[in-house]
Amino acid sequence: MSARQGGAVAPWLLPLGVVVALLGLWELAAQWDWIADALKIKPFLIPAPSEIAQSLWDDRALLAEDAWVTAQEVLLGFALALVVGFGFAIALHLSDTLRRAFYPLLVASQTVPVIAIAPILVVWLGFGIGPKLAIIALVCFFPITVNTLDGLRSVDPELPRMMRTLDARRSQILRRVEIPSALPFLLSGAKIAAVISVIGAVFGEWSGADQGLGHLILIAQGQLQTARVFAAVVVLSTLALILFGGLALIERRLAWWEPRRNRRIAG
Amino acid sequence: MTAATEAPVEEPRTVSAAGTAIEIAGLGHSFDRLEVLDRVDLSVGAREVVGVVGPSGCGKSTLLELIAGLLEPDQGTVAVGEQRAAPERLARCVYMPQRDLLLPWLSALDNAGLALRNRGAGRDAARAAAAPLFERFGLGGFESARPAQLSGGMRQRVAFLRTLLAAKPVLLLDEPFASLDAISRAEMQEWLATALAAEPATVVLVTHDVEEALYLCDRVAVLSSRPGRTLVTIDSPAPRTLPRLEVVTSPAFTSARERALEALAKGAR
Repeated sequence: MSARQGGAVAPWLLPLGVVVALLGLWELAAQWDWIADALKIKPFLIPAPSEIAQSLWDDRALLAEDAWVTAQEVLLGFALALVVGFGFAIALHLSDTLRRAFYPLLVASQTVPVIAIAPILVVWLGFGIGPKLAIIALVCFFPITVNTLDGLRSVDPELPRMMRTLDARRSQILRRVEIPSALPFLLSGAKIAAVISVIGAVFGEWSGADQGLGHLILIAQGQLQTARVFAAVVVLSTLALILFGGLALIERRLAWWEPRRNRRIAG
Repeated sequence: MTAATEAPVEEPRTVSAAGTAIEIAGLGHSFDRLEVLDRVDLSVGAREVVGVVGPSGCGKSTLLELIAGLLEPDQGTVAVGEQRAAPERLARCVYMPQRDLLLPWLSALDNAGLALRNRGAGRDAARAAAAPLFERFGLGGFESARPAQLSGGMRQRVAFLRTLLAAKPVLLLDEPFASLDAISRAEMQEWLATALAAEPATVVLVTHDVEEALYLCDRVAVLSSRPGRTLVTIDSPAPRTLPRLEVVTSPAFTSARERALEALAKGAR
């Protein structure tokens, strides 16, 4: 296949081919009990992709209900992190004192093992959506804030000076130059946050919940319904991918002037 | 009239009743321990167009930033319209940097109207004010183009319009054509000559190109190599007229250029 002609199709085909091949291998290995024999466990613990697909279909009502709960948590938690992270980044950008005071704290927030403090948050905030939002926001906050701050600080230093001779006030430089310059950075951070947000949701639900995909996984695991566990994982990944894709779309609409750094070279 | 006078002797020929627009005396400036400017004296009359030439690194851009009120001088004084305070200078000067610095997310029209927006004009009012200039300066039809879609010369013109629309009494132009090739440069010089003739502003134009300075300006100050100080000021022999080629090949122009180059060579050491 020539690189020029394949350029437009290959980016989709190649990973798809890998996935299909892996699923095929897995299917064979599960059907013929290779994995179970190798690990010396009962064959029913290793669901084949076809069984996972079956579970996706059979449990669709259950999965949809829990997915809706988790999707709400993820969207709200992500939105919370976006608003707080953006505001925090602006505050740190505008004040050297604030930046010096809070930047180490910002980094420290990322070193907190979320899975360890999740139960504490449940104790503090109850079994409702509160602790889930807090945990999701906590994991999303860091990439959004740090990226936005980097974006604000990477503005061409000549631009604010040019704006000053055009009679711009500080707030106008921020609004007309710095925030638009930082927007591609903000969206990069948001894409990273989107992918890890579902992990936060699962941790949150594991620490105390009676619904949601994380809760479903926990229950299914207890009942050794491995196909259902995988089905829930597939739905979770899809949630993250939809959020990621939506942000990529927004990025293309809002930050179109930025040459896409990781854009594939198509003929 | 003496063509070359030793600085700081000043006899600006176009000083009108409006008096002096910029008065620079004994100006010196350093960055950390690097002395960039040393004893610069220059006075620019209202509506006069003065060029500043010098070898690269002699502090020409710093001089403009000092006049503009973006920097405070270490030594000496800068006054614009008899005001010495930086905010007052900033209010009277608009500085056009070397690079066009157009905002890639705004259309050419919105880029040109930035100063109006900063002063509180609405988007439509700013566009309405900028649009007639697009026609006048040969940018008609490119109002909604993004900077990335424009050629280097057109981007520079948009940047110049943005500067003009700031409507300040003093224009400070820093190597406006440095990034252009020779042909666009010559075209843009003719264009700027026309534009400046119609503009009631005082202009300081920094360039390393003696010919450009003599063609576009009433008077040219020659700076020494770093730390820069004023060596001589040379009067331009010809009024800015078209076509440019006729002006720059005239004997008077050639001899003025030779005097300037000689001064540059002496000052460069």
